[in-house]
Amino acid sequence: MSFLLNEEQRQFSNSAQEFLSAKSPLSLQRQLREGQTPLKFESSLWEEVIDLGWTAAVFPESEGGLAVGYKGLGAVFEAMGRHVAALPLLSSIVMAGEIILQAGNSAQKQAWLPGLISGHHRLSLAIDEQGRHDPSKLKTTASKTADGWRLNGQKYFVIDGLGATCFVVVAKIQSTESTTEIGLFLVDNAWTGVKVQATHLADSRNYAQLNLDNVCVVNDMCLGTGEGATKALNQALDKARACLAAEGLGLLKEAFERTNMYLKERIQFDVPIGSFQALQHRMARLYTELQMLESCVLAALNAIDSAPTDLPLLASLAKARTSDLCEKLMNEAIQLHGGIGVTDEFDLGLIVKRARVLQQLLGDGVYHRNRYAQLKGF
Amino acid sequence: MHDIEEFRLETRHWLEANCPAAMRLPITQEEIVWGGSQVQFKNEDQRVWFEKMRDKGWFAPDWPKEYGGGGLSPKQARIVENEMLKLGCRQPQFNLGVWMLGPVLLEIGTEAQKQEHLPPMMQGKIRWCQGFSEPNAGSDLASLKTNARIEANGDFVVNGSKIWTSYGDAADWMYALVRTDNTVRKQEGISFLLINMKSPGVTVKPIELISGKSSFCEVFFDEVRVPAHQLVGPLNGGWTVAKKLLQHERAAMSKFSEGAAPSHDALLVAKPYLYDEDGSLIEPVWRDKLASLLMDSHAFSLTHQRVKEEGLARMDVSGPASIMKLVQTEQEVAKYELLMQLMGQRGMSWEGDEFTKEEHDICRLWLLSKTYVISGGSSEIQLNIIAKRVLGLPG
Repeated sequence: MSFLLNEEQRQFSNSAQEFLSAKSPLSLQRQLREGQTPLKFESSLWEEVIDLGWTAAVFPESEGGLAVGYKGLGAVFEAMGRHVAALPLLSSIVMAGEIILQAGNSAQKQAWLPGLISGHHRLSLAIDEQGRHDPSKLKTTASKTADGWRLNGQKYFVIDGLGATCFVVVAKIQSTESTTEIGLFLVDNAWTGVKVQATHLADSRNYAQLNLDNVCVVNDMCLGTGEGATKALNQALDKARACLAAEGLGLLKEAFERTNMYLKERIQFDVPIGSFQALQHRMARLYTELQMLESCVLAALNAIDSAPTDLPLLASLAKARTSDLCEKLMNEAIQLHGGIGVTDEFDLGLIVKRARVLQQLLGDGVYHRNRYAQLKGF
Repeated sequence: MHDIEEFRLETRHWLEANCPAAMRLPITQEEIVWGGSQVQFKNEDQRVWFEKMRDKGWFAPDWPKEYGGGGLSPKQARIVENEMLKLGCRQPQFNLGVWMLGPVLLEIGTEAQKQEHLPPMMQGKIRWCQGFSEPNAGSDLASLKTNARIEANGDFVVNGSKIWTSYGDAADWMYALVRTDNTVRKQEGISFLLINMKSPGVTVKPIELISGKSSFCEVFFDEVRVPAHQLVGPLNGGWTVAKKLLQHERAAMSKFSEGAAPSHDALLVAKPYLYDEDGSLIEPVWRDKLASLLMDSHAFSLTHQRVKEEGLARMDVSGPASIMKLVQTEQEVAKYELLMQLMGQRGMSWEGDEFTKEEHDICRLWLLSKTYVISGGSSEIQLNIIAKRVLGLPG
């Protein structure tokens, strides 16, 4: 186990923090929320991020990547959390990109990965079909046809799905036997039977509903079926969960530090309210949780790079704790700020709303405690 | 750099050759070797490992050779510590003297004090206990009242009592805080004394807890004469000495935690109680509660590793290190609470053969664990420390 970043990863982390603090202030998130950009992220910022190598970071050198690893990219996600930055890095690179890398054949990798890294393609993973994340409850079906597959179903909460050139769709293979076999399919947004609609969540980011009505997919666009597909999907989801946990850690640290500062500045009864023990102990408990979370997030990221068999357990640990703390700490942050904490003018609300959506993405505390118990054999 | 690598190899080889295989297994409380005049070995491996490390001077590898230490540089001592960790070598002896008092004597003790006290620690011949808490001085330690009167020849005469002294009944010596001036601010009238537990007038009484027998004792002082040269640091400067000493507490606690409190693997204990005879979950809520507990414990052990790793890399770990006592003890409490609840009425077993040993143990440890969050700075004191020192909150 190593919790420490190497020199390259540290540089990556430093440059991410510098870049986002210069280019992605909270005022930008406000503009995106109120503005007319349907994508809900700034395309020019995404292009700059591509130039910085963020989209190449985790891919192997043989695929044109930088092989910095997830401890490096995790630091980028933490910085994105700190600055509440909206970028399609998770959806296109970690979720869709990892699936193509793990499940795709060499022709598919060649066709898609260079474009993903360069930004020519932007992909989204279409998995969820209900309010609570649960990949085991798929209704979308793929049935075999003479020259490929036919997909039917509805996908909801597709992250960054609006404007994505192509989707990786997870579907249940239709068969006479009752199996849980899944398939992974690349679906272009321009194909017949594909309909994409915007979904608006509290964090004002890009989500879509994807309707698949008898969509024909040629065999070349099928990334895999059966065990291989399940394995690639689960790996990609766990990597994404670790990255979401890193982003959550950044959001939580930011909210915590802002609250701590406020307690030192806000005067009531002629003293800073941070001098009251009742409030001090609440802050000390939150700090304790934050420190524990940081260890879990680093351990999960490290597992991706150097101990993949530990990843499922550590990803669930990190995501469960992130989710639970997103609820607890953000609620405390509002309460400790008092009235100003519930005004829209005050930036805390932007952090709170992003954190509460992140809490649910790819499984909340209840989901991941259940999964942790399963992995532990009870 | 080359020399350091060579030293690492030598150390590795020496440990591999001299640490018996059984002494590389995780230690339990019953297997702790407490150095001191009443030292006891349960088996030959314990004795061999104790003697090899003693003769090497590695009870304290970086203390000067003249006091019986290993004479290593701090860097070399860290290597010894690391290599022991890698091989899983146990601490050859547990000794508050070496871990807490020794470093303070080395820093501020007189030459005579070093000559008198350090070599016996390094021989594992003397066992020390800590005399800080008093019946009316718990969290507010500085309000302590055990009094030391100064005689014409400079000797001290101690009257009063200490409480919660761990293993007071097995200790040879005590380092204690005593009141030497009643007329000044409470922190400024305290002195730090070394007291021979065999002195006339010292009485030790074990304390029975709600859980039964315990290692805690009360120690009473009735006109106990302590020679002037057993004062450490300046007269009325004891508070500063104690603060120095407590700086070593974290390192000592981490050595203690390797085997100190008896504990249970929550999953192993809980599993049979989770299911009905037909193999179905008794009630799903227990599964969620148990998972939650295991995840807390997993997060703590990762944090423990992180602090260790970042500390070795010379990073500032004062933040995460400040949470360790609070979290570890609260998790132990939570664990026994959950196991008790899950066991239902069986969890309340006190005596009798119709219960397993484990059921008895868990009931007692549920009660004993209440002491963990009170002793050594209660959870509330830990929260104060985090709020003030780490978060910089005022007041």
